[in-house]
Amino acid sequence: MPEPNGSGAKTAAGFALPEEWDRRLAGAMRFVRRRLTGEYEVDEFGFDPELTEAVLMPLLRPLYEKYFRVELSGLRHLPDVGAGLVVANHAGTIPVDALMTQLAIHDHHPAHRHLRLLAADLVFRLPVTAHLARKAGHTLACNEDVDRLLASGELVGVWPEGFKGIGKRFTQRYQLQRFGRGGFVAAALRHGVPIVPTAIVGAEEIYPIIGDVPPVAKLLGLPYLPVTPTFPWLGPLGMIPLPSKWMIDFGPPIPTSEYADQVDDPMVVFELTNRVRETIQHMLYRLLVKRGGAFGAS
Amino acid sequence: MSRTILVTGVSRPPGTELARRLQAAPGVDRVIGVDLTSPSDDLGDVEFVRADIRSPVIAKVVEATEIETVLHLGTLQPPSGPGRGASGREIALIGTMQLLAACQRAPSVRQFVLQSSTAVYGATSHDPALFTEDMTPTTAPSGGRSRDVFEMEAYVRGFAQRRADVHTTILRLAHLAGPTADTALTRHLKLAAVPTVLGFDPRLQFLHVDDAVDVLTRTSETAAPDRSTVSQPAPNGHRRERGRPVVYNIAGEGTIFLSQAIRRLGHAQVPVPSPLLPWVRALVGKRGELPPISELTYGRVADTTRMRTELRFKPHYSTAAALATMAGGRDA
Repeated sequence: MPEPNGSGAKTAAGFALPEEWDRRLAGAMRFVRRRLTGEYEVDEFGFDPELTEAVLMPLLRPLYEKYFRVELSGLRHLPDVGAGLVVANHAGTIPVDALMTQLAIHDHHPAHRHLRLLAADLVFRLPVTAHLARKAGHTLACNEDVDRLLASGELVGVWPEGFKGIGKRFTQRYQLQRFGRGGFVAAALRHGVPIVPTAIVGAEEIYPIIGDVPPVAKLLGLPYLPVTPTFPWLGPLGMIPLPSKWMIDFGPPIPTSEYADQVDDPMVVFELTNRVRETIQHMLYRLLVKRGGAFGAS
Repeated sequence: MSRTILVTGVSRPPGTELARRLQAAPGVDRVIGVDLTSPSDDLGDVEFVRADIRSPVIAKVVEATEIETVLHLGTLQPPSGPGRGASGREIALIGTMQLLAACQRAPSVRQFVLQSSTAVYGATSHDPALFTEDMTPTTAPSGGRSRDVFEMEAYVRGFAQRRADVHTTILRLAHLAGPTADTALTRHLKLAAVPTVLGFDPRLQFLHVDDAVDVLTRTSETAAPDRSTVSQPAPNGHRRERGRPVVYNIAGEGTIFLSQAIRRLGHAQVPVPSPLLPWVRALVGKRGELPPISELTYGRVADTTRMRTELRFKPHYSTAAALATMAGGRDA
């Protein structure tokens, strides 16, 4: 909403507009100038908040609001300040679900927090995604980085199913895959930060995988080469995601501080990992019933 | 007790300045500078010995002058002349071996400081965002320069094991910047059109040359404590483990993307696919070699917590400020 200010504000709305445009234009010029001269700051991970908020997020927002029509619930379960670990299910061939969750928390959580995503090393090996991921605040999913982020009080997002999750067949949709080796739970335990189980419904239908071509994937150094009803048959057109209806639900946080003295007990880590996994699976089933058909009227 | 300090690579500008500063430091009696070529600047009271540290001459110098502290400027690349390219690698590696062999046999040596580089960590897509000192690779990185630095450090670790009574310190410096800095990266950044790897934008960290000289001086000017107290915390607060070198990452505060650095210098960025990079580099700038492609692709950032809390060193220049001192200078 344009906020009327100054002398022009008292006149009719039509007269206030040019002044508003002026202000916006000046702001845009300052932005372009800053970007062209490199006078902006990035953190040690390479996170560039200005680029993320002014360029990357506006590109994703139409997808979030108009295309997938994401509905949120349980935002109150995310901490306003301090570290937290958001753990969610993974699907959709490419990690759009993680980006949507990052945008959801930034746009709709009262503290407008930046979710720092943990990504596979493939992301940092591929051109373009490598530096865009860093600039959007993502980093490699490894103990050193998650420790560093949690220690500095960041909200960290992890998709423990990894490639097993996003690369699974459409017939296995909404069935949680193996949750890694529980590395994320161990990290949360070490720092005593709450785990926020998160269920995402909708990402499974954007690129339904009906097959895989392992030899070609191996040749390209990719974990899988997806075959969907439209890809690769329709070429670039097949890369357009299907407009499924999305829902993201953040569940009540699972506190980990009570296990602070059992960080080194693998059994505790396994049990907690299972608990998080079960919780997300149940949240998924509930959310699916609530949503109904992926492409039905909303 | 009289203190004599040996400085290698004393003829290059940072080395010359270092030697002069050490000579002026309280408690230092003699500073002996060694290099292959004569220094271009005035060395003051520093005694200059023109010697090849790859030759046994170095052992005679160490023995005859009762060296107490050795400051080995391991990776400060010579700006021109001998020492570039393959022969530079040989001087650095064989020289380090000879020097260490000489020090090992000299009972007077109590302290050894190696000037190393964060290049030792290499640069790949599967590295953590920041390297701490404990992430020393266990196998040699594949990159040429990283491999050399790794091997040099390995020799020094071996020396520290064999001479556990010697205080051995390794300072891993980030990319040097500043008006006098002359590395593959600074030469690359000074091009009016800077070729970069298409689709990648590495994170970089800079250290101003003045800060590099500062930290090397500070580390070498204090005498090693008595042998009986070697296991006590060192004056700088870090608890030494017997037989292991103390390692510090040294870098200016903050991180900068390569694209950002180029923009701040007011130069143009020319992204090209990495296989074409050496050719494009040869087209736009005839002088000098290309920085390692892995560094231009993935970059590297070192954690400097230990530098700040244990060494209690705070560089005067941040990464951005160090870079800013290079603005204006352009190479064709």
